[in-house]
Amino acid sequence: MAEFPVSVTVNGQARRGTVEARKTLADWLRDDCNLTGTHLGCEHGVCGACTVIMDGVAVRSCLVFAVQADGSEVTTIEGLAAEDGTLHPVQDAFQKCHGLQCGFCTPGFIVSVASFLEEHPNPDDTEIREGLSGNICRCTGYQGILQAVKMAAETMQSA
Amino acid sequence: MPSILGTRVKRVEDPRFLTVGGTYVDDLRDPRLDGALWLTFVRSSVAHARLASIDTSSAAAAPGVVAIYTFADLSVEPQLSMPAFNEAMKRPALADGVVRFVGEPIVAILTEQRSQGEDAAEFVVVDYDPLPVVVDPVEAAADEVLLFPEAGTNTAYGRVREPDPTLFEGCDAVVHMTLYNRRLAVAPLEVKGCAAVPAEDGRMVVWLSSQGAHTAVASLQAALGTEDLHIITPDVGGGFGAKNGASAEDIVVCRVAQLQGRAIRWAETRTENVLTMQGRGQVQTVTMGGTRDGRILAYRVDILGDAGAYPMIGAFLPMATRMMAPGVYDMPKVEVIARSVVTNTAPQMAYRGAGRPEATAAVERTIERFAAEIGMDAAEVRRRNLVPKFVEPHKTPVGTTYDIGDYPAALELVLEAAGYDALRKEQASRRAAGDRLQLGIGIATYVEITAFGGSEYARIEVKDDGSAVVYTGTSPHGQGHHTSFAMIASERTGIPIERINLVWGDTDLVPTGGGTGGSRSLQLGGSAVLQTTDLLVEEARQRAAQQLEANPEDLVLDTEAGRFHVAGSPTAGRTWAEVAGNDGLAVASDFTQPSGTFPFGAHVAVVEVDTETGQVELTRFIAVDDAGTMINPLIVEGQRHGGIAQGAAQALCEEFIYDADGNPLTSNLADFTFISTCELPSFELVPMETPTPMNPLGAKGIGEAGTIGATPAVQNAVVDAVAHLGVRHIDIPCTPERVWTAIQEASK
Repeated sequence: MAEFPVSVTVNGQARRGTVEARKTLADWLRDDCNLTGTHLGCEHGVCGACTVIMDGVAVRSCLVFAVQADGSEVTTIEGLAAEDGTLHPVQDAFQKCHGLQCGFCTPGFIVSVASFLEEHPNPDDTEIREGLSGNICRCTGYQGILQAVKMAAETMQSA
Repeated sequence: MPSILGTRVKRVEDPRFLTVGGTYVDDLRDPRLDGALWLTFVRSSVAHARLASIDTSSAAAAPGVVAIYTFADLSVEPQLSMPAFNEAMKRPALADGVVRFVGEPIVAILTEQRSQGEDAAEFVVVDYDPLPVVVDPVEAAADEVLLFPEAGTNTAYGRVREPDPTLFEGCDAVVHMTLYNRRLAVAPLEVKGCAAVPAEDGRMVVWLSSQGAHTAVASLQAALGTEDLHIITPDVGGGFGAKNGASAEDIVVCRVAQLQGRAIRWAETRTENVLTMQGRGQVQTVTMGGTRDGRILAYRVDILGDAGAYPMIGAFLPMATRMMAPGVYDMPKVEVIARSVVTNTAPQMAYRGAGRPEATAAVERTIERFAAEIGMDAAEVRRRNLVPKFVEPHKTPVGTTYDIGDYPAALELVLEAAGYDALRKEQASRRAAGDRLQLGIGIATYVEITAFGGSEYARIEVKDDGSAVVYTGTSPHGQGHHTSFAMIASERTGIPIERINLVWGDTDLVPTGGGTGGSRSLQLGGSAVLQTTDLLVEEARQRAAQQLEANPEDLVLDTEAGRFHVAGSPTAGRTWAEVAGNDGLAVASDFTQPSGTFPFGAHVAVVEVDTETGQVELTRFIAVDDAGTMINPLIVEGQRHGGIAQGAAQALCEEFIYDADGNPLTSNLADFTFISTCELPSFELVPMETPTPMNPLGAKGIGEAGTIGATPAVQNAVVDAVAHLGVRHIDIPCTPERVWTAIQEASK
């Protein structure tokens, strides 16, 4: 099958490769870049576990072809903490509020929340619930996650 | 120093999940898996058929195809998952001449690359010779369409028994209902996966997405004809009871790796997951009788379990329902009839609660129906029938012995926290005003069984740098064992929790284990850690005494400093690092609990029902859950949160649906209405701690409690919201269509 060149800046690092046109961004990140933190929970755009930020917008990487990401900047879960290991305020809040249990949906939630808080720095409860409705979690009942979003918003506001 | 136990310690296992997403089976980049081939299953698209022919010739010629396997190629004997089941109902790992449910694997295709397997599967031509289909367990019980003709029956487990005709003699009021506890997709966020490598020394290394490496050993040994297995469970993305042991697909992956002598990988798709991983599924015929002043005299539940196409653990669960059928009530006469039948649907697995939510749903829905029948407040009927507080074991009419309980206190606590009387006033005023949005208040009290007895292994090793490693036979996949077990080990040794690691899920590193399920891990695994910690401290005391040339009885362990010294003379001492020395120090032990523990609680759900559309909004949820001593309330609350959400989901929206021909109608996450954050309020949790005498921690299980209480509480609330319109019952899930229809029919 024909392959096409792609060049993507992933977590600040230039990545080049060739891919089949049908290969998703998620598979490319996982298989070609070995960034396995982007998880696949449904591969039909419902669960949100594969969420990454592409050119400033949260996208489901199972619904984006790698060729569509050519020339873009992508941030995955592996790119959120500081280089010295300091957690991003959203990551920190998830730990403090017990916003994760099995951890599988967590990368998608954290990336979604980080993106959501960029657009809604001071969200109310309804905005948070709607903002999270594109990610599903089987373990937490969303309770710790909602608290974590509030805590992260406060931390980021006061920073 | 205040104890670390009972405090809200944030989880030590979190950072790697937060920063790199952990390492689940499909994330493994282990060098042993370099160049692994990929396995893809071709699955049945029909519910019941003879396989007239399977043509794989075109698929074999597709790019990247290495081999193709059908049942005959595997030489793996069909297995009966539990000895108690009908022997004629063994399950082959790949379909053997007949398919019995949509999604049953028929062919396994081995390819160089993953995508090639999906392509090649399209070229396999299966010629189905259709057979009659039975989807409804009630129809299946009639034995007209048989899944296994040689069995002569569809009954997989249990038997039909004639009910006692005198059971309801002397009752002034009797209610009778049929309740449907629907099938659900278990839907952990990580689907199943497996990787297998035949090693050079003849062993097979297997990575599984499973709730217990050790519980997978026996079935894999039987299938592979070898005992030489090294099973590893890496991070596991949720299980909820349905990832116990090894699946049929796991067996095929390992067998193909053995036949090929090469590394093989597999991970299912979400559709494959929901087509094969389902739980619940009971039809319950209930009758309750008593006096008009609210005393219940007799209760009968006839349970018909829907086992699906092959009896797995789900076929056994009506017995768990039977054990807990009377719930928290002191009813003089209780009769339970339980069996399960096979149908042309997915084989039933365990799902969070596994038989106990079904027991609570039945009795809690029925008691509210009984309360409505005699015109008494549902809370008051409960008060008049609860087993009083007990501290000595309490034996129920079905022969189950509860450890300790105070059900009246749990009920009063939740009613007070909910503001029950004020809610009833608000409801009365909305009813009087004829508001479109009516208020419903639903109660559920429950008692369940956790751990079911048994034993668990723990080993603790102290290294020469003073750090420690705890080895456990439990298998965390979200439950925070690293944190809880480190807290237990830290409290009596003084080794800080951040210096205590946890090893689990590796049959080479941990000799035995029961895995995680049935809310067993803290009470069995945690107690094993506690017991082993005490043995470790004694062993260390002996060694420190030798080093200090002192009497062991004179030594004390300063748990603040993590250091042994002679009492009253702290200058000379030995730290854990010094005691461990170059050789290290390790102690192992098994903790045994003779029987199960019985957590209990009471839940209140408040809903608003739109009487014009049938739309339900869950506006409040208040819960009292008593799981005994809490080691880490943060983790306990997390378990309650998740359980309540899943229980509420079953009441409000989730249901796995088949049409009459056995075609699944909810085979992905777009069609299966998985609950989201928009449907749930913030839960109001009330603590209650009644330690069990069954283990030294005083801990009972908390993993399933939320699920058990939440479903009937929410369902009762929905019915309550429209009870004044004449509605007496609404089946779950209480979708707008069902609620609207119930309102219309009541007004006729």
